[in-house]
Amino acid sequence: MKPVNVILNRELASYFATPVAYIFIIIFLMLSGVFTFYLGHFFDRGQADLTAFFNFIPWLYLVLVPSVAMRLWSEERRSGTIELLMTLPVSTGEVVVAKFLAAWLFIGLALLLTFPLWITVNYLGEPDNGVILAGYLGSWLMAGGFLAIGSCLSAATKNQIVAFILTLVVCFLMIVSGFPIVQDVFSSWAPLWLVDGFVTLSFLTHFDAISRGVIDLRDIVYFVVLIAAWLYASVLVIDMKKAD
Amino acid sequence: MIEVSNLSKVFDGFCAVDKLSFSVKPGEVLGFLGPNGAGKSTTMKIITGFLAPSEGEVSVMGHNVLTSPKLAQREIGYLPEGAPAYADMTVLASLKFIGQVRGFSGSELQQRIDSVVGKVELEPVLSKRVETLSKGYCRRLGIAQSLLHDPKVLILDEPTDGLDPNQKHQVRELIRNLSKDKTVIVSTHILEEVSAVCTRAMILAEGKVVFDGTPKELAAKSDFHNAVTIRLSEANGSVVDELRKLSQVKQVNTGDDGEITVIPVDGQSILSEVSPVLHSQSCVLEELHVEVGRLDDVFRKVTSSPRVGESSVKEQVA
Repeated sequence: MKPVNVILNRELASYFATPVAYIFIIIFLMLSGVFTFYLGHFFDRGQADLTAFFNFIPWLYLVLVPSVAMRLWSEERRSGTIELLMTLPVSTGEVVVAKFLAAWLFIGLALLLTFPLWITVNYLGEPDNGVILAGYLGSWLMAGGFLAIGSCLSAATKNQIVAFILTLVVCFLMIVSGFPIVQDVFSSWAPLWLVDGFVTLSFLTHFDAISRGVIDLRDIVYFVVLIAAWLYASVLVIDMKKAD
Repeated sequence: MIEVSNLSKVFDGFCAVDKLSFSVKPGEVLGFLGPNGAGKSTTMKIITGFLAPSEGEVSVMGHNVLTSPKLAQREIGYLPEGAPAYADMTVLASLKFIGQVRGFSGSELQQRIDSVVGKVELEPVLSKRVETLSKGYCRRLGIAQSLLHDPKVLILDEPTDGLDPNQKHQVRELIRNLSKDKTVIVSTHILEEVSAVCTRAMILAEGKVVFDGTPKELAAKSDFHNAVTIRLSEANGSVVDELRKLSQVKQVNTGDDGEITVIPVDGQSILSEVSPVLHSQSCVLEELHVEVGRLDDVFRKVTSSPRVGESSVKEQVA
């Protein structure tokens, strides 16, 4: 087994060694139900799709993903195991990728467990399952983006709470930069390319495009590049700060 | 083989390691001594590739730690300070994890685990979670993981810290019995440990080497080297006066319990001068021994010399 796989397995196992994973999954599923059926008016809309669910998922992730990401590195630094890990013959990059993938798979698992929603909507009507699949793919990619940001910020501090809050704030900004209200603030004075730049950077712009069922390569590339960039930043931050 | 040349590490303006150069050959067990903050752990962290030095070069078994860290790290077994381990894993899972990351699998991995578990006696806690282990078992787990790949270079940061006297003895035996082609660095606060396990001692203070030699040479630097300690059955003032008159005697200390310590000039052997005096006074001896040297005395002497700052002196007093 490659070192990346070994570390990935250890990380995944550690989620389930404590109640953290179960609590996360239960809260995620409960909230996604509440959002979809009550706030999203799933039944009132009378449409066989999961738009109600996917509209809320960025907000759900905004709170829940940082809570997974905050322990990625803070915990290793606090307990000193980072020294054990980083003196094994593995590179910082390999460890960063392994930890990220473990967390991403974990969130992917939580996302898959919302399948009763999909069953419900298929039972009630005839939805376009391609669009739903795209929605799930978009959600997972977006979770990856949040996680990559969280990985980098978690590496910057020993304190999990600080890591959580920083990640939440940065992710919040990444979401709202695509909102019309935020755009209006800029559009009155900023040049058009800057406003466009902000909109392009927003998670929401790309997520909405994918979850409507339009899988454009550019949206996929956006998330992949975003994840890669934040993970690279994580490597730099860890190499810089691991001794503190 | 470990080669360190001109190594420096500066943290926010504080110089933890200052142009350190030394090399350790296979078969040597180097004891790192020094007050807290002398740069022992920092040096070890740089050798193992955890920290990048501000300046200088380190090579381990011919691999440059800076340019090819993975090759160097394959050769190194490392016990970090405080023996960190993943709290949520069992002892067996921890060892498996380290072994797998190091590229072992199947029966070979199992064999290696069995072998180190036997060496450090971890059997009783194999299925316990790390967070429930006592400090002694934690340390032994740390030592076990560092030995798992039978490394050529072994770096142990305070391996006996937190162990009870029996466990300390056991770990020292373990280090002594490592095969003779290994290069070992051990850091410790316990000076007797140096004479017990090391073939070479190095004292660091403020990031510089202030002593480098065999434990015997270290002991020889003590004022008490070759000092003669005697205890008489009944107090005899004139003996002390006679001893003070001897030309080779620098000082005679008398203790509350009737103990008399005769300290020689420049660590010379003075038993031949002392014994005629004792005979002439027809004293009845209860005890007589020649001291090798008091290590803590040397330690204080070399680490609190004028070029070493006030702070380290205070630390030792405390």
